[in-house]
Amino acid sequence: MTSQTDTQQRAAIEVEDLVTHYGSTKILDHVDMQVETGEIMVIMGGSGSGKSTLLRYMLGLHQATSGSIKLLGHDITKISAKEMDDLRKNMGVSFQGGALFNSMTVGENVCLPLREHTQLDENTMQIMSRMKLSVVNLGGFEDLMPAQLSGGMIKRAALARAIVMDPKLLFFDEPSAGLDPVAAAELDDLILRIRKALNTTIVVVTHDLDSTFRIADRITVLDKGNILMIGTVDEVRNSDNERIQSLLNREARHVEINADEYLKELTGQKSE
Amino acid sequence: MLRTFTEKLGRTTIRGIEELGYSLALLVESAYWLIFGFHRRQAVKLPSIFAQMMHIGIQALPIVTILAFAIGMMLAIQGIATLKTFGAESQVVLGIALSVTREFSPLIIGILVAGRSGSALAARIGTMQIAQEIDALRVIGISPVRYLVTPAMVAMLIMLPALTFFADLVALLGGGVYSSLELGMSLQAYADRTIEVLKVDDITQGLYKSLVFAVIITLVSFVNGFSVTAGAEGVGKATTRSVVLSITYIIIADMVFTFVLTH
Repeated sequence: MTSQTDTQQRAAIEVEDLVTHYGSTKILDHVDMQVETGEIMVIMGGSGSGKSTLLRYMLGLHQATSGSIKLLGHDITKISAKEMDDLRKNMGVSFQGGALFNSMTVGENVCLPLREHTQLDENTMQIMSRMKLSVVNLGGFEDLMPAQLSGGMIKRAALARAIVMDPKLLFFDEPSAGLDPVAAAELDDLILRIRKALNTTIVVVTHDLDSTFRIADRITVLDKGNILMIGTVDEVRNSDNERIQSLLNREARHVEINADEYLKELTGQKSE
Repeated sequence: MLRTFTEKLGRTTIRGIEELGYSLALLVESAYWLIFGFHRRQAVKLPSIFAQMMHIGIQALPIVTILAFAIGMMLAIQGIATLKTFGAESQVVLGIALSVTREFSPLIIGILVAGRSGSALAARIGTMQIAQEIDALRVIGISPVRYLVTPAMVAMLIMLPALTFFADLVALLGGGVYSSLELGMSLQAYADRTIEVLKVDDITQGLYKSLVFAVIITLVSFVNGFSVTAGAEGVGKATTRSVVLSITYIIIADMVFTFVLTH
């Protein structure tokens, strides 16, 4: 009982029995997972496994069909819009393409959360944004426009924006996508450094195995909307689950074809 | 064949109803942020409104001047040529004054702003949508409606009537210049006669129309921009669709408005 209460107090993110649909298609099927405070949880899985969907629901971008998602103890499926606004001040997100606002300079992008949520004076905001840009090795780039940056620099600038409010929760969507191996490794190091400096709870969605093994404390493996396993790097590596092994060994998926179903699909009769 | 047609009709109707509902929700939400944003500690920022006003209004002044002047002249040319057959050329002043203030200025400004600023808004929002910038706003805790829609709506509601009034003046000047050349009437006499025949109602009628057009352009542009899903092609389609729909709704609304006000 005590240990369960401790776990609940420690867990920064708790997803319970989450079911989601896209139209009539079920995407996530009774997903349960917990991320503890200060932990780096990597969610991995193949294309269409539902990992990005899980992230979007954790970010409160969609309404779940059923189940609950607790961030820092607040169930985001039930709280008011105002409470969600307050909660978002403790969350930072780095999107796959960076999602920097193209009409603003890098510095203005990083300043935006401060400008919207704090009453700090302009000088303090400038100093804070420069500090965060230095953390991601982009000191002196604040006056450039996002279009003038390379892919890796955009991701790092987006990370600076995500951490400018010193969030307790940090989310990454495919951080290494589109980066060369060196830039990807640099970003991994940054993620580790940020966790060490701020004890931030970090959730990373990725299909990059090298990156996963470098940064993860624990790994959640998703497949077709179900959790195959949650475990440490070693536990996942040593798992004898066939799907996990094929994911780790980059084997092509073996698609089983049912002749009747295939015929229905071709003739457009398959509706369910 | 019939089934395909019915399905298509059904889907189009459903989409239409969805968009209407979404537009009304956007309208209500943008009004909410304008009134209650301060209490939610997310006040609508004045610099954003001014930036939109610059783009929608001030930067459109050169083209508005050219169009309005040309329309004033065109009405004078047509009016004088037509009225000549009745020997009533001097009545052209009345014709120009009423058709400019009640009809041409609001309509031309509406169409111009829909093409110029409505398309820009739809393209901007669509691009932001596919680059996940809208999601980024939401996760930062900034309502996209408060940050993007409300400033544009307020700017449109201020600048469209302002542009319409400006176009009234320029179009009347255009009509006056041609009339004075053609009929030998002095500009002063033309102005005096215009003031004599124009009632305040004639001008306000045009301004009311422009307020309705402002709401139409803003909502159509944002609904189309927010609904972009399919990459660059989607942005192009949404932009075209928003301009075509805005202009269509503006003309239909104008017709309804004119019918109601003249009965």
